[in-house]
Amino acid sequence: MSKISRRKMMVTGLTATAGISGLGVAAHLAKKYGLIPPDHGGIYGPGETLTYASMRLLTRHSLAREFTRSQISERPLQNEVAPFSEEFKRHQAARFADWRLVLDGMVARPTSFSVDQLKSYAPHSQITEVVCEEGWSYIAEWNGVPLSYLLDLVGAHPEAKYVFYFSIEPDWWESMDMADAMHPQTFLTYGMNGDELPVGNGGPIRMRLPRQLGYKSVKFLNRLIVTDDAKKFGKGLGSISPEQGYAWYAGI
Amino acid sequence: MSTMKSEPIPLETPAPVSRDLVSEAAVTPRHSLLVRTTHWIITIAFFALVLTGAEIIVSHPRFYWGETGNVLTTPLFKIPIPASRNLVPTGYGYVLPDQNGWSRALHFQSAWLLVLMGVLYVIGGIASGHLRRDLLPGKGDLSWRRLIDVVSHHLRIAPNPEEHWSYNILQRLSYLFVVFVLFPLVIWTGLAMSPAFDSAIPATVNLLGGRQSARTLHFIVSIALVLFLMIHVVMVWREGFKTRMRAMITGKAADRKERK
Repeated sequence: MSKISRRKMMVTGLTATAGISGLGVAAHLAKKYGLIPPDHGGIYGPGETLTYASMRLLTRHSLAREFTRSQISERPLQNEVAPFSEEFKRHQAARFADWRLVLDGMVARPTSFSVDQLKSYAPHSQITEVVCEEGWSYIAEWNGVPLSYLLDLVGAHPEAKYVFYFSIEPDWWESMDMADAMHPQTFLTYGMNGDELPVGNGGPIRMRLPRQLGYKSVKFLNRLIVTDDAKKFGKGLGSISPEQGYAWYAGI
Repeated sequence: MSTMKSEPIPLETPAPVSRDLVSEAAVTPRHSLLVRTTHWIITIAFFALVLTGAEIIVSHPRFYWGETGNVLTTPLFKIPIPASRNLVPTGYGYVLPDQNGWSRALHFQSAWLLVLMGVLYVIGGIASGHLRRDLLPGKGDLSWRRLIDVVSHHLRIAPNPEEHWSYNILQRLSYLFVVFVLFPLVIWTGLAMSPAFDSAIPATVNLLGGRQSARTLHFIVSIALVLFLMIHVVMVWREGFKTRMRAMITGKAADRKERK
């Protein structure tokens, strides 16, 4: 073996070792700072992880663009949802008087809120764009209460890592990390453009996460669970979306 | 054609290539390892991006201008194909299978790969002098006479022996345009569709005139890139597919004999 090839091999070996240990250190740091999404496995895991980690570093506190009143879409699109369950129809007939939003899990005071109770808190509004993964979008004013306000109210544990949220309709649930849960634009909305939130747009209560695609803004919300373990829900991928082939983190 | 004033490069007589030059070409690669590696990885990523991009469009084959757009608003243009979602009225009585899930995942993963390889290519290309030596037009290359020369050669479908070891001026200009205009534009317009990235840097989408404009521009620039690819492949074919492919895979340029 010539000197040059031996040197070449040593350099290659050292580079490979440095590369692998560098990756190890990066993985450790990423885990420590919450940069690994629950759906990091599988063939698309590297892409999902790179996107989520980059956006977490870049957008922890940034605000989604807000628009002027004149930019509100004349006709907010109501996209198709599966036929309503009997339970939902009963609530709809009763004008959602008995609708409850349960908030529990890692909280000091598990609470069940009625729609009127949510409306009794200081109202907030945002004029933001709903962006569907299909490509279309519209702008509306969303009226509601910030999720962070409710989390403070019930005393969410500081070790909490995710808030899971569920629609009353089957197989429709998502979760978000605490950066999004405590974000000032993450709303539990009960109104749109100053009126009641139409059922077609997710009424009586819809999650609003304007820094992520529309499918994270789950409709007909009735349950929130604060947790530090995403593995406990479904297949452990953070929400039902990855089980159906879609990314858990939809900020892109 | 025979009235062309430019000096034609003699095609029938062998080019003045000395034996020394040929043997030198065998050791000096036409394309460096950096160029070859990034070229093929970007090729794979680009194919994945075009395929998945097309699948994503199928879920909503309508394009708009401005900030918002949906089936209740007037499109700028539509692609006359059936959609994969019921929401879109396409005039067809059926929907195509929905491929959005894996298409989006592969689209973004390929985009990451393409961006990382692109950055590597540009940094490596500056450091090694590849960009300056091979892509920036040489002295006197940017004259009309020279351009007409090269174009006339292309029109006559005649390979030019000079181009064995270097890119001609048209190549240089189109590669520069693709690397420094089209690819940055397609990345920019793509990023502008990310609601998270827009929250960090709102100018990304605002400068383009809104997110629907960004989506439409992303589509148009992608079409331009696909057109470049088609011309690129035709040119490679015309210049000798086997030799050009071997040059991009192994790095070695061919001598005259092998090209025939």
